[in-house]
Amino acid sequence: MPDPMRIRATAQPDGVDVRVLMSHEMETGQRRDGQGRLVPAHYISNVTVQHAGRTVLTAEWGPAVSKNPYLQFKFQGGKKGDEVVVTWLDNKGETRTDKATIN
Amino acid sequence: MKQPAMNDSRRDFVKLVGGMGALAAAGFGDLALAQQPGWNKAAFEAKSLAETLKAVGGTTAAETKDITITAPDIAENGAVVPIGVTSKVPGTQAVYILVDKNPNWLAASFAVPQGTEANVATRIKMGQTSNVLALVKANNGFFVASKEVKVTLGGCGG
Repeated sequence: MPDPMRIRATAQPDGVDVRVLMSHEMETGQRRDGQGRLVPAHYISNVTVQHAGRTVLTAEWGPAVSKNPYLQFKFQGGKKGDEVVVTWLDNKGETRTDKATIN
Repeated sequence: MKQPAMNDSRRDFVKLVGGMGALAAAGFGDLALAQQPGWNKAAFEAKSLAETLKAVGGTTAAETKDITITAPDIAENGAVVPIGVTSKVPGTQAVYILVDKNPNWLAASFAVPQGTEANVATRIKMGQTSNVLALVKANNGFFVASKEVKVTLGGCGG
């Protein structure tokens, strides 16, 4: 089971600011290990963020996103106490969903 | 071929986010469905702005000052370069972050539905000093801005 994400969602006057730190190797497939073998590509390919059953952001990523990806964005319509749900899917089919309460 | 597990969890994932409709509505579904559901392979293999544009349904992109790229002038560590993009182009639907000296230009794309600001930030790998381009898909076309980011220690390989 992949490690959990750290999510912080803060209600601000102009919207809910969401910051996510994901735990993922984000291997490009171009790196070689100690034995000189290519480490296969393994990276988050899709991210979805939902609030009140509505998708507020989707992202498609390639392996050029840094290891342990950071994501920040802002959406309107959320308020303190609501839940934000973040899901990622990687190119091997692994997935992780975490939630946070807007504060 | 060990495909079934991956396809199952992709199907589950898609159901979770409300079906292909949601992905297609976000602007990404159509080209990718033939290959990997919900992931634009052609875009992520593009090696120029023109190729990227073609992969995301555009032909040309007009340069604009309405797109702001927030990035360091000099990135000490090419493996972790913070990039923010804010688009004031009306009707922005999607933001694409490209690096013109990376093997594949497109690093990340974001679809912003109504109610979400066109303001995203992440961290990307840059192999060497490059121009970072922010390509925006808006209701009335594609727009682009770029900023040079110098890289002292490249971040693509081991």
